[in-house]
Amino acid sequence: MPVVMDADRIGRTLTRIAHEIVERNKGTEDLALVGVRTRGVPIARRLARTLQEITGHEVPTGTLDITLYRDDLMRHAVGPQPLVRSTEIPFSIDGRKILLVDDVLYTGRTTRAALDALIDFGRPKAIQLIVLVDRGHRELPIKADYVGRNLPTALEESVQVRLQETDGKDEVVLDGGGE
Amino acid sequence: MTVNALRGKDLLGIAELSPEEIALILDTAEAMKEVGTRPIKKVPALRGKTIVNLFFEPSTRTRTSFEIAEKRLSADTLSIAIGHSSVVKGETLADTALNLEAMAPDMIVLRHASSGACHLLSRICRSAIINAGDGTHEHPTQALLDAFTIRERKKRLSGLKVAIVGDLLHSRVLRSNIHLLTKMGANVWVCGPPTLIPVDIARFGVTATHSIDEAVRDADVVMLLRIQLERMEGAFVPSLREYFRVFGMTEARLRLARPDAIIMHPGPMNRGVEIASEVADGPYSVILEQVANGVAVRMAVLYLLAGGVENEEAA
Repeated sequence: MPVVMDADRIGRTLTRIAHEIVERNKGTEDLALVGVRTRGVPIARRLARTLQEITGHEVPTGTLDITLYRDDLMRHAVGPQPLVRSTEIPFSIDGRKILLVDDVLYTGRTTRAALDALIDFGRPKAIQLIVLVDRGHRELPIKADYVGRNLPTALEESVQVRLQETDGKDEVVLDGGGE
Repeated sequence: MTVNALRGKDLLGIAELSPEEIALILDTAEAMKEVGTRPIKKVPALRGKTIVNLFFEPSTRTRTSFEIAEKRLSADTLSIAIGHSSVVKGETLADTALNLEAMAPDMIVLRHASSGACHLLSRICRSAIINAGDGTHEHPTQALLDAFTIRERKKRLSGLKVAIVGDLLHSRVLRSNIHLLTKMGANVWVCGPPTLIPVDIARFGVTATHSIDEAVRDADVVMLLRIQLERMEGAFVPSLREYFRVFGMTEARLRLARPDAIIMHPGPMNRGVEIASEVADGPYSVILEQVANGVAVRMAVLYLLAGGVENEEAA
């Protein structure tokens, strides 16, 4: 299983993305980060810390669980329901620029669900998408604004993002389907 | 051990649930509670699902709670109350259910005066059956919302002393609560007049007493049950005033409980019978929180059952 990003590279990548956020938005005013469960959440928190170091300003950070918005929820004839976990967005998103954070961008269906969920919380001024890895194979017209690493993959491969907070170590692993 | 699904296609009672399934429902309800705080209190999870609320007994709180829960999950719902249905023309419960079933609803929420009515429907219907109270048997979503409220306040269920006081004989809320609280490791005391305590109650793993002081002493939770005059055929209590004098929950009696004890009541309350007004409205009362939490717990049950089960024979 080849490691395509190690801890150092993940750290440098997130620092670079934080600088891009500041540059593109001319500061951090009106910004808020929303991490998509599970691994978008620690990535959003890390970006918030780095943004504070760079600009001295705190960026509000929230957590979004998109389970109830999944487009495959009632598609299976029968079977157990995916677990629902809590959403915590302790600020108004009205008029803010929301930085939506996820670990991997793949089909785009999770992002679609996240966009629908966010819009139910209010009317943001804009939503920008941040992903650590873009592995391609989009099924919906969705594109990330900030990409940690573009990783061309085959459909049968899987991309595993592991983070200190959830998995005990930082790495991105490309798992070959043939093994 | 944690589980990620309920085993059965129905929710007939707490008796059929494992501690892990109960924990799954309560955890899911926590996430559902947040949906009710949003500007748009609605998620698309049950879009296209049809739910029939079939109520053969009057109910305001439970029926409203289920309807709100269903709408917040985007299900299509209709409520049928007896008095407006063909039941008054002599149709049996089974025929009513089969006729509804012919219109292919996904779930039926049933409230009925006969114990076991939900089990009957479960056997003849493909739809998921949710028990909203059957006779004196069970009222599982009430016990789940009680447990949710206790867990939210006390951060646990295990090891708590819970005193349940009132009409123990006619109460389906009691039966469901005893199953749930003992499964989750709480220490349950029940108290009522001898005429209103089932003789074999100790079999359920609870401590029974006729002394409210003994039941309430050092309790973490005191739950009052309504004196159900409509279910009593005969003289179970000499008078309501005497019942209040001997078994009514007053501020003086509450001082025997732990200083951080909470007061619960499944409603509707008889003020001045099982509970003094100042206790019902006191700062330790979580009676209205119970009602609020009912919506979240029912959303969790509806969501978890909407997936169905892969092997219906095994359920």
